[in-house]
Amino acid sequence: MSTLVGAPIDRVDGLRKITGTANYTGDLPANQLAHGVLVLSTIASGRITRIDEAAARAVPGVLEIITHANAPRVKTEGQGGVERTLRVLQDDRILYDREPVAVVIADSLEAATEGAAAVRVEYEAEPPVTTIDAGVKLPVDEDDEPELVRGDAEAAFAASAVKVDAIYTTPMEHHNPLEPHATLAEWDGALLTVHESTQGVFSARKRFAEIFDLPLTDVRIVAKFIGGGFGSKGSVWPHAVLAAMAARLLARPVKIVLQRSQMFGSVGYRPETRQRVALGANSDGALTSTIHEVTSQTSMFDDFTESATAISKMLYASPTAHTKQTLARTNQATPTFMRAPGESSGSFALESAMDELAYATKLDPIELRLRNYAETDPNDGSAYSSKSLRACYEMGADSFGWSKRTPETRSMRAGRMLVGYGMATATYPTYRSGAAAQIRINPDGSAILQSGGADIGTGAYTVFTQVAAEFLGIALDRVNIDLGDTLFPLAPIAGGSMLTASVASAIKVAALDARGKVIALAVADQSSPLHGASPTEISAEDGRLFVASDRARGETYAAILDRHDGITVEGNAQTQMGPSEEQYAMHAFGAQFAEVHVDPDLGEVRVKRFTGAFACGRILNAKTARSQFLGGITWGIGMALTEQTRLDERTGRIMTANLGDYLIPVHADVPHVETILVPEDDPLVNEAGVKGIGEIGIVGVAAAIANAVYHATGKRIRDLPITPDKLL
Amino acid sequence: MDVQERLPHALETRAITLQVNGASHTFAVEPRVTLLDALRERLALTGTKKGCDQGTCGACTVLVDGRRVNSCLTLAVMVEGQAITTIEGLASGEQLHPMQAAFLKHDGFQCGFCTPGQIVSAVALLAEGRPTDPAAVREWMSGNLCRCGAYCNIVDAVRDAAEGAR
Repeated sequence: MSTLVGAPIDRVDGLRKITGTANYTGDLPANQLAHGVLVLSTIASGRITRIDEAAARAVPGVLEIITHANAPRVKTEGQGGVERTLRVLQDDRILYDREPVAVVIADSLEAATEGAAAVRVEYEAEPPVTTIDAGVKLPVDEDDEPELVRGDAEAAFAASAVKVDAIYTTPMEHHNPLEPHATLAEWDGALLTVHESTQGVFSARKRFAEIFDLPLTDVRIVAKFIGGGFGSKGSVWPHAVLAAMAARLLARPVKIVLQRSQMFGSVGYRPETRQRVALGANSDGALTSTIHEVTSQTSMFDDFTESATAISKMLYASPTAHTKQTLARTNQATPTFMRAPGESSGSFALESAMDELAYATKLDPIELRLRNYAETDPNDGSAYSSKSLRACYEMGADSFGWSKRTPETRSMRAGRMLVGYGMATATYPTYRSGAAAQIRINPDGSAILQSGGADIGTGAYTVFTQVAAEFLGIALDRVNIDLGDTLFPLAPIAGGSMLTASVASAIKVAALDARGKVIALAVADQSSPLHGASPTEISAEDGRLFVASDRARGETYAAILDRHDGITVEGNAQTQMGPSEEQYAMHAFGAQFAEVHVDPDLGEVRVKRFTGAFACGRILNAKTARSQFLGGITWGIGMALTEQTRLDERTGRIMTANLGDYLIPVHADVPHVETILVPEDDPLVNEAGVKGIGEIGIVGVAAAIANAVYHATGKRIRDLPITPDKLL
Repeated sequence: MDVQERLPHALETRAITLQVNGASHTFAVEPRVTLLDALRERLALTGTKKGCDQGTCGACTVLVDGRRVNSCLTLAVMVEGQAITTIEGLASGEQLHPMQAAFLKHDGFQCGFCTPGQIVSAVALLAEGRPTDPAAVREWMSGNLCRCGAYCNIVDAVRDAAEGAR
């Protein structure tokens, strides 16, 4: 590969985003469009005793009100994976705060909003379960996060020379993409078309088909521009079902856009976790035992497991290990995947505990990690397809200036501020799914690339274009890309950091297929300068095919196709997981470094600078890749210092359901962040050589900051977020 | 009059004329319609985004007589006769506004949803004559949230555009 793949080119969809012409679901018009607004429960547990619709129905413009009394029955059970069981007006029970109790549909957004405010709902409230401690416990499904027993970890821990044993907690966090979830549903007879802010059009199609008992072919999902997802847009949620339900009842297109406060209702969140990590080590720092026990919350009616123990199974060469997860039922909605689900919360506990062990053994935190470096997968001894974690530690530490750190707590200052340096390891597994791609070479030598994959801000439009242009040998601006439609070839969800690894591989194969077909035409064509040449010695660049050893001998795609009746040539690919997935351990790795300043009087923590070094296989676009890492680190800063969804524990109601109380980082919270792309060539991982990069950026950030806070203050905060009250 | 008596009058639709991106638009709205909803639902100018509808996120930022405002907290009837500039009004034909070009060059966005508000806010920031050191840019841009976490690149873009304007 040469010039295009890896180049830091500007986003190909950038022009539309900076001029306001990128249309997200909420921006789309429709003939006879009706607007829906949800009414949500104001209790967390109980039943509806009465709904008074009179005032709402009297609002001019209100067309219909759907409640449990008149809602059509649909299939609500999820099948696991991204499918959640949905509470969509099927009965009078209330199982969580902000559960939908009605939807008001009107001619205008204002009328629907006024109508929703006028619906009066009476309840018989029951005492809600509001804490993990009070929740009924249940074991985690083996498929979700199996218990690991490697040797006798408890006995090894008891016999260890050095021990660290502590409880770490992380709060509920809500994704809050800037684009609120939105659905525009329209029926044409039995055919359902849904414009949906989703990370995966195919998984959404399957779910709509199940819910409304339709054949897959009768459902089309479209998602051209998605205003962030981070996991919350990986699933079909109640509002989307209610939009389709309303559109069918009214025989009109219906749009529902969630209000910001409703984003704290039924669209998932990172569950609260309570984690015990116990590390045993020899006095030289070599781990003898790793124990990680996690309880995380789920809803009363569905199971979601935050896989916080996954990282403790694989990160260090611990000869014994025991990990176990438990769920606790509370009266909140069902949690879901949120950026690095499991790894981000689990790494806070594990990497904080490693820092505690570094102090207990008087070792530098990096040295401790090197002494426990896993050369092979600790679970089964299998080799890594590639692992460049040592280089991440070295390049990150060097650039950050880690050697300037004096290890004693409260030993560094800047004026009256306490200064702390902290670090942590990052890792994320490399997933991949089967994918297809189709590329058509037009008679004029331009190409059309289609994939069902969705660009949620990752840069998929751009990197897919780069891969197609590279392997077709044409200019970037000659590739017309179209994404996010179930009419296009199959792609997995933009989640689990796997979309690019999966689809880029398929695009490469499809491009080579299309190019090979044109080459076959040329070498068999007596009028072509390429006549008689061996197809394997033909290269392509800038729209021209030529003999590699004799560049003058060649012609353009357009010239070849022009002589063949101006036909269009189509390349197709269908890729599957390769045999490598079974043979090798595949993970991306990184190292995170934070400098914090802590005000000794106010307890305020400011991140002054941050360095992340990441090795993730081939980087397809250095510019958009850096943005992914910057985004992950920014999320980590929020996780460390500000983000938490707070409940009134008497009522189970969320008290922070807006962006003034749920504090995502703002400009002023984020310092200069340095990202280092550690070179890594991995021919085994997949055809494209790509490991995912969307999630690893957040992993370890909260621990690096917490460790820096300890270094600055001597106070070990094991309960996120690190708010000033915990330091005073 | 109590609220119930005043309400019907307050909801009376009236014709207003807005000057948006140099063009004049006359249409009928209820007084309760926000500038944001008027732009999006009545004038089909959907570049301005609704991220929170509560003035906390800045995605709906537009210029009113050159001043940046949250259009979700502004009623359409309040800004009759004033010059409104939205993201759609920044470029001159094919020629991007320098701030737009800087955002593209520095990858000052990912999903793009907060981007119109960030760019409009940044254009105003320079017009306000604020200092453009990184700390000042962060402070004066903190009303515009970006959940993708493009802040570092946005600061680079704003400073680059400021340099070009100097």
